[in-house]
This record gives sequence, C-alpha cells and structure tokens, in this order.
Amino acid sequence: MAKLNINGTVRDVEVEPDTPLLWVIREQVGLTGTKYGCGIAQCGACSVHINDEVQRSCSIRVGDVQASDRIITIEGLSADASHPVQKAWAAIDVPQCGYCQSGQIMAAAALLKRMPKPTDKDIDEAMTNICRCGTYQRIRAAVHMAANGTSRT
Amino acid sequence: MKKTIRGKAAKLSRRTFIVGSAAASGGLALGFNLPGFGSAVAQTASEGTEVNAWVLVKPDDACVIRVARSEMGQGTITGLVQLVAEELECDWKKVKAEQVTPGQNLARKRVWGEMSTGGSRGIRTSEDYVRRGGAAARILLLQAAAEEWKVPVGELTVAEGVVTHTPSGRSSSYGKLAAAAAKLEAPDPKAIKLKDPKDWKVAGKPMKRIDTADKLDGSKIYGVDIKLPGMLCAAIKDCPVFGGKVASYDEAKIAGRPGVRKVVKVKDTAVAVVADTWWRAKTALDALPIVWDEGPNASVSSASIAEQLKEGLGASVSNGDRQNGDALKAIETAAKKVEAVYSTPFLAHATMEPMNATVRLSADKAEVWVPTQNAEASLAALSEGSGVPLAKCEAYRTDLGGGFGRRGGTQDYVHQAVEIAKELPGIPIKLIWTREEDQAHDFFRPISQCRLAAGLDASGNLTGLHARVSGQSINATLNPAGIVNGKDRRQLQGLWAEPGDAQLGYTVPNLLIEYVMRNTHVPVGPWRGVNTNQNAVYMECFMDEVARAAGKDPLDFRRALMGGHPKHLAVLNAAAEKGDWGKPLPAGVHRGIAQFMGYGSYSAAVAEVSVSDRGQLRVHRMVLALDCGHAVNPDQIAAQVEGSVAYGLTAMLYGECRVRDGRMVDLNFDTYPIMRLAEMPKVETVIVPSGDFWGGVGEPTISVVTPAVLNAIHAATGKPVRQLPLKNVRLV
Ligand code: FES
Ligand code: FES
Repeated sequence: MAKLNINGTVRDVEVEPDTPLLWVIREQVGLTGTKYGCGIAQCGACSVHINDEVQRSCSIRVGDVQASDRIITIEGLSADASHPVQKAWAAIDVPQCGYCQSGQIMAAAALLKRMPKPTDKDIDEAMTNICRCGTYQRIRAAVHMAANGTSRT
Repeated sequence: MKKTIRGKAAKLSRRTFIVGSAAASGGLALGFNLPGFGSAVAQTASEGTEVNAWVLVKPDDACVIRVARSEMGQGTITGLVQLVAEELECDWKKVKAEQVTPGQNLARKRVWGEMSTGGSRGIRTSEDYVRRGGAAARILLLQAAAEEWKVPVGELTVAEGVVTHTPSGRSSSYGKLAAAAAKLEAPDPKAIKLKDPKDWKVAGKPMKRIDTADKLDGSKIYGVDIKLPGMLCAAIKDCPVFGGKVASYDEAKIAGRPGVRKVVKVKDTAVAVVADTWWRAKTALDALPIVWDEGPNASVSSASIAEQLKEGLGASVSNGDRQNGDALKAIETAAKKVEAVYSTPFLAHATMEPMNATVRLSADKAEVWVPTQNAEASLAALSEGSGVPLAKCEAYRTDLGGGFGRRGGTQDYVHQAVEIAKELPGIPIKLIWTREEDQAHDFFRPISQCRLAAGLDASGNLTGLHARVSGQSINATLNPAGIVNGKDRRQLQGLWAEPGDAQLGYTVPNLLIEYVMRNTHVPVGPWRGVNTNQNAVYMECFMDEVARAAGKDPLDFRRALMGGHPKHLAVLNAAAEKGDWGKPLPAGVHRGIAQFMGYGSYSAAVAEVSVSDRGQLRVHRMVLALDCGHAVNPDQIAAQVEGSVAYGLTAMLYGECRVRDGRMVDLNFDTYPIMRLAEMPKVETVIVPSGDFWGGVGEPTISVVTPAVLNAIHAATGKPVRQLPLKNVRLV
C-alpha cells in the first residue's frame, strides 16, 4: 500500500513496494502517457517530475516515494497542452512516432523551470533522453522557442 | 468509448457508415470495438456519408480521409491525406484521417489496396490510386450539385469544399452534397485526369502534421497502452540461443506470487508468465527457473562468424553478381592497384516501443491490437495461429512507437500472443517484451564483409572495380523464394545495374560485383535502409580511397564516373554546392562526401567533422540532398532526413550486436547505446525533386550518412576507417 500525490490528486495504491514508480503510474494509476523504454534509467521515456525535478520513474521504487512528494506526469503538465514546451513542440512539429516525446517534453519543462534561457550547451547537458526517430534537431529548436516565446523563423 | 460501425445492407448505402452502439448488429461486417483508443487519427469510421472508399463527408463539411498504410512517425498519414485532399478540393482545415482495418479491407475486396508499410513505399506506390480516389469523390460531389441545380457540371467551380455555379450565383458545400453524391455511379478511375503537380495547393506544401496533438499530452494510445475489460498481461522469454528450446521450468517456484495467473510454454522455444499486471508477470518470469536446451548453436560467437564471412571473401562460388568487361584482368594489369576489406556488424532496430501485441480469442472471433507495419500480415498471423478463419478475425492497428522494418511481415510477437491467449480463452492478453527480449530476439540487420579492389591507369582514371560482399541473406531468413537459382540480388541493393530503384551511379569500364551468401543462426531482416546502408559504406568509402590513390579530389573523381547517371550527379552536385565543397574551413575541420541510390530516390551528403588529438570525433554539420521525384511535404521530408542522420550516426558510432555462446550479448541501451541530442550535428536538407518519378523518403538518405562522415574522418586523419562501429576504432 502506498500513498501517491500524482498530478495534484492523492491516491492509495495497492502494490508491492519494490515496484518501479513507472509501472505503478501505468498499471495501478492507469496513466499511460509515461512510457517504458529500457527500465534501466538509460532512455528517459519514463521521465516524470518529482518535486519539480525530472526523474526516470522506471528506476524509482514506489516504496521510496513519500506521500508528500509531488509527482507530475505528462498528463498533468498542463490542462490543455498549453505549456510553452508543448506549444513549441506543436509549432515545430517535433514528434515523429511520438513514443519518446512525453519524456522529452517533461525533461524540457524541467530544464526551463530551472534555467529559463538555456544555451545550446545547457540543452546538450540536460536533454539526454533517447529519441530513436532522431528528432533531436527539432527538440533543440523547440526548447529555444519555448524559452524565448518566439515563433519559428 | 465503445463504438461499432456497420454499413446498412442496402446496395446504395454500402457507402454509408453508421456509428451505432456496441449492441448494434447486422449489416456489413465492418464493425469493430475499439475501447481505449484516444487518437488524433480516428481509429473507427466516423459518422458521415461515405462518398467513396477514400472519402467520408460529415454534415459539418469535415472530410474524413481513409488511410491504409501504417504510421510509425514517418508522416505517411499526413502525406497521403494531402494527396487525397488535393484532388478532393476540400477545406484542409476540416480534414481528418481515419485508418482502415485489414478485416474491412478484406471484406471489401481490398478496395484500399496494399496495407504493408515498408520499403519507403507508403506514398510512392499508392499515390496514384489515392489521388484518383480523391478526384473521384470530387467528381461525384460536383455531379450531385449539377443534378440538383440542373446545370452542366462544366459550369461549376469548387474550392475548399464549396461548389459554386457562378452564372446563377448558387453555391453549396460538400456536407450538403454528400448524400446525393454517394448515390451516383462512380466514375472510371482510369479515365480521371489528375492535377499537374505544378498546380498543387495542399500537396507539395509543408503542411503541419495532422497527427501531432495527442503526442504532446500523453493521450495517444500505443500498443503497450491498450486496456481492455478483464485483460491480463504477459511477459515472455524465448530461448536466448536461436534454434534452442525449453527443456524444463519449475512453475512451483513462482506459485503464490501476487497476481500471477498462468505459466505458458510457447511453441517449444519460449515461456510466458501471465499476471494481472505486466510488472508482476515480468518479475515472476525473472524468478522462474528455466532450463534451456540450447541446441546446436551454443558455441557460435562474433569471432566464429567473422571467420565464416572472411572465408566467403575468397570462396569460389558467387550467389549473385553483375559484371561488364573484365574487372579482374583490368585490375591485375593496372598501373596502380587499391585494395581494402570493410565490415559491418549485426544491428538491432531498437524501436522505442518494444514489441507487443494484445490478443483476445472468443468463441467466434479472434482479435489483435498491435502496432504493425503490415496489418494484413498481423491478421494472417492471428488467423493462422488461432485457427479462426480470416473472415472472423480483425486486427486493430495502433500507431507504432517506431518500426524501422522490425514490425513488418514476421509478426512473431502476434504469433506468441495468440499462443498465450489460446490458453486463456475469452481473456484479452497483452504481451509486452522487455527491452532485453527485444534486443535478444530481433531480426537483425545482416552482418557482412566486403573486399574491394580497383585499378587505376597512369593518369589516375578508374579502369576496373571489383567488390565482393560476403554475408548473411535476408531472403534466406524471411523469403527463400527470393533466392533464384542460388542468386540473391537483394544483398547487392544499391549496386544494381538497372535504373529506377537502387542503381549504382557510376559507369566503370570493367566492373565485377559479387555476393557470397554466408548465413548464420542469427535471424536477419530489413532494417531501415536495408542493404543500401552497408553497401554504401563499402562503395562510397572505397571510392574515396581510390580517389586519394589517384591523387584526385573525391568529388571530381566521382563526377568523372557519373556522366551516364545525370540524376545521381545532380543530387551529388546539389549536396556539394549547399555543403560548400571546396570552400575554406576552420582549422581542424574536414569534409567528406558520398552519394547513393535506394528506394527509387537519389541521395548525397557532405559532412563536416573534426577529430581531436585524442581521437575524439565531432560531427559539426551535415548537408543532405535528396531527389525523391515529387516532394509531397517538404517539412516532413526534412524531418525524415534529420531522423535518418541520427539513425545512421547511431549505427556508425555505437551500433553493434555481439554474439557470444550462441546468443546476443547487447541487451539494453547501456551496451547498445543510441546517439543523444548532444551528438546531433546541424542538419541541412536540400530537396531537389526532379518531378518525373515517385521515390521513397523514409529510408534512402541513411545510406549516405556514414560514408560521408567516414570520408571526412579519412580527410582529417589520413587513415580510412574500414570497420564499424567507431566505438571500437582508434581514430588517431
Ligand atoms: S524506461 Fe526509464 S529510462 Fe528508459
Ligand atoms: S519520436 Fe519516435 S522515438 Fe522519439
């Protein structure tokens, strides 16, 4: 039994404490926007925010999460895809297959919260999620766009 | 969420799809239930009037355009909808897409044509009939207006879904005309004159993708996200050594673990655990002691495979060749001789979404929910495995979290899910592979080596060229019928003499190209770009070696051999120009160039790289030129080119699936790394569509990425790189 605060709602989940947070979010809570890609903290498809920091939820045991920890998943990033990162992603048509993009968007949103005007080097260091479709060039452009509130030139 | 569609039984209303409740019955067998879907691209037939198979018009003038091909990120849905919409003359802002199911396609005598999505064929082999489908719908809608107003159809004009009769000042919209149009006799598609692409307004333009919205908020449902009432989840382990079997397993050891419902032996080679959640299934499977009978291949290793291929380089039998003149003699008698041996490893597709399928077998129906590049192959696998006749099977396609050739004809994961579901009738079973299983049981990019030799005359002209590829055959694994009289042409893709698809762009007076088949126990299959990637590395890197030996500029040297191949040459020139070939570079930065053809399209690349004193490579900039004939969506073509650079560079830098004790060694992204954002060069895409053919887009440009970079490294270090991946190579 664990108490989790996900997207502002506190819920009780019945699950073994060593279950990764990713699978609790997907299977017990039923929010499937957060994805499984590797299970070993390599790819970032499972990225969520915990207390405003981006974390790879496949590698966090649910038993180690406190009821006071604020977990935000892609579904809770904004009510209507209006977060500047989501808007920039739409404006630049970043996604290809889209499977990695929940994680990419969560990583970018956490970066901009920490660093509102990141340089290319900051983006290199922060955006380490894998995109197998290779949308990296557009991710970089979209992070800059979200930071500057500019539109595509 | 449950929706059932059915057509009314009467003849004329075959064109009308009705959305009813799940309890609705009767009518044409088009109904399907799709609980759990929430997609920007509708997965069920929408309310409205079917004007023809491709176009459904809603009362509010929205046009729903049907798509048969699969979407895996390559933008095919948007491109195909653009082509239909162009001829339909509808309002682009009100366009929606809807994917058809293979069961519907079968029931309607394959009215939507082929559904298989591979070989960069999505647009190039369906553009003609989808455009005719859009045009036929337009003709019917105009005809309906002409009949209603009793005016000649020639006096009507149409724009953005509004039909106008200027002489009388009347106008009407598609939404109002659709019901009447649906009752009219369809025009002969062959008699329809399609628009000249010069007049395109929607096609050929960089329209935004129509399937982006639900990729931004987590609402898109991929195969792994399917939820069905009463569903159970399964995890699976297939014998790690290909060709091995399950000897035994001790089910008692996992009895009583939470949520576990069943342990299933799958086809002698695999064991699956079924539980209420996937994580419980996966962890129970991890805890299950399994003894494998590893079979005859348990001692095969990368080293033994390398020896096997090396032997093929000198063998006397060839499994396919092309030749003109006498290359061996020309090289033997040349003033200067150049020789090299190259090799490329097995590679995994590593789609971000691992293999998965959800199957439900009920008394009179078999269903599968699956991300697939070939929905008809999924349907066939379902029917074959379950024994349920095709007419009572249906496959519901989710968009794919990556395909790259892995999710095509084989459908091994569907076969597995069916076997598990057979043990639990009526219960939907969602099978998801771990990343480790995905890496262990791929159909890998075939491994090969290539020995090349060239002869130069005293002035540095190429007089003879010999290339011999020794390696594994995709056809031997997947399509033995493709090997004719021992010859397997597919492995020489990109080196062919014939124009039109994957032709070598050089004319060499004495040329011999051979393939020697050396198969291993590792299953192989098409991997985005298939054999063009390896063959381009061999041909294009060696071309640079020969140019250097001739003391010539690599671009000039190539140009001299390309007079008979104007389209290849034009693309090479476009890349060279945009890539500033021959212009000064900052200190320490070097350029490389390459060109190749595949999937009916011509590609070329210029790479700018630097190599540090410690051998650290940095790829700064890549310019890629592509002639794909017609450019349906230039922005999405650019996206595919950018993606192809990442896919190609990942293979070049890191890609290698090692074999030890008969099994794959590299089972996750820790030892099978994927390139990340920090390593992505600036990519510039130059599209030079010559407008007189239709070529592919998703695959062709990968082939030139690695050779352009390797040639730039050669320029930087003075040493050729002949072995991949670079992580194993000391550059200085
Ligand atoms: S699934 Fe968590 S990092 Fe890959
Ligand atoms: S968009 Fe497909 S993996 Fe990133």
